[in-house]
Amino acid sequence: MKIKGFLKTVFVVTAVLIAFLGAQPAVDEAFAQQKNIILATTTSTQDSGLLDVLIPVFEKKTGYFVKTIAVGSGQAMAMGQKGEADVLLVHSPAAEKKFVADGFGINRRLVMHNDFIVVGPGQDPAKIKGIKSSVDVFKKIASTGNLFISRADKSGTDVKEKDIWKAGAIKYEGQKWYHETGLGMGQTLNIASEKKAYTLADRGTYLALKKRLDLDILAEGDAILLNIYHVIEVNPAKFPKVNAPGGKAFADFMVSKETQDMIKTFGVDKFGSPLFFPDAGKKVEDLGK
Amino acid sequence: MDLIFEGIIKAFWLLVTFDPEVMSIMFLSLKISGSATLVSLFIGLSAGSALALTQFPGKKIVVGAVNTGMGLPPVVVGLFVSIFLWRSGPLGFLELLYTPTAIIIAQSIIATPIVTGITLASLQQLPKKMRLQILALGASRAQMVWMLVKEAKLPLLAAVMAGFGGVISEIGASIMVGGNIKGYSRVLTTATVMETSKGNFDIAIALSIILLFLAYLINLVLTYVQQRERPR
Repeated sequence: MKIKGFLKTVFVVTAVLIAFLGAQPAVDEAFAQQKNIILATTTSTQDSGLLDVLIPVFEKKTGYFVKTIAVGSGQAMAMGQKGEADVLLVHSPAAEKKFVADGFGINRRLVMHNDFIVVGPGQDPAKIKGIKSSVDVFKKIASTGNLFISRADKSGTDVKEKDIWKAGAIKYEGQKWYHETGLGMGQTLNIASEKKAYTLADRGTYLALKKRLDLDILAEGDAILLNIYHVIEVNPAKFPKVNAPGGKAFADFMVSKETQDMIKTFGVDKFGSPLFFPDAGKKVEDLGK
Repeated sequence: MDLIFEGIIKAFWLLVTFDPEVMSIMFLSLKISGSATLVSLFIGLSAGSALALTQFPGKKIVVGAVNTGMGLPPVVVGLFVSIFLWRSGPLGFLELLYTPTAIIIAQSIIATPIVTGITLASLQQLPKKMRLQILALGASRAQMVWMLVKEAKLPLLAAVMAGFGGVISEIGASIMVGGNIKGYSRVLTTATVMETSKGNFDIAIALSIILLFLAYLINLVLTYVQQRERPR
């Protein structure tokens, strides 16, 4: 029995392994035939719950399977630059223009906007409430030395924040009131709430998380705070492995009338106001007016 | 305190109502980490016994490498598996990145050194003379290895537990190579992180409790086997 038992065990284990490894690619193959689309996007579209509503509709309609990789806009574009994604949904306009100009992306189209807001503890220790200009708001925070939490992940929000510091020529790097998380919007808001700190956030994620946060909107409405989302297809001429029809189908879906209507009403029942404003077909210059 | 209490109640609800999303996340976690443990057992047991029972120059270096591998950081594994599986990477043609298979591969790499290391240690702690004795009694080499493995059965069970425990609770590699895709590659740990960043602490707590419960259940079964087998 001894040697037979040993051989039997080896046989069974091997069979099980082959069954597992054999079955697994079969599952993946089924998805591959269905044609995968890799969507690289920002954390705000996932954390706000918008994609959970839109993607099932898209998948049902087209039969594609969308693999959503929610990272910052910076990382999303880095994935696009290597051809590791098929389509991007991002909000970092200056970097996007460069991305397209460098030939990595095509068909950059306006999808929607909302706006950035400066949030902080309700007591507002830096007394920024009522200041209209975002640059002045940031100057006040810097001069009073109140804690400010930065995403520091090259996301659209992070780029916007850096733009404002630079616009005011404010020294922020390495200051002891300036903390960098390197995390998504949701986690950064949680940290700001715990540490009674200020941070720049997109309105959508803030509203979605508001019930758990001890943070108030302290500054809003400045033109520089506009947060604009574009959809970009990764250039198939540059990366032959990119699923070009899939990327195009998703981009077309995002600017279609049906989707734009869903974006318009998303969040109204839950938060009393929409989280995003649909903008397909409009010009960037006309937003926020 | 309210938060923890609410979380526990929510977890209870999600479990007793067999919430379909939580159930699918749970089964996917079990399937992925179970497969990875099986793969690592197969490779680790073979490699571990081979290492324990042979002598060759440079053995210490190999054993040192295995022992280092036991503490292999999951994010490092995740990074390298990602690089290999990228479309532009050497294994890109397999189109495995952001699939459950990719997570199984990464977790197998994490668990294999753990199983190898524990197998090696448990076989080496057996008295050396035992091998000679078994061979002297007329056993073949394969029979000898099998008898030693049977002798070291109890510590080897620890290898299974350590391997499985290591991969089911691992997050770095799962999120990097799996992508946390809803209903496809979202496992308990990655879902917990996402729900936390969404501010859904109740669901996050519920998921963690399920994770703890699962790990406990599996270790309970293995411990039961181990205790039953213990010679009196």
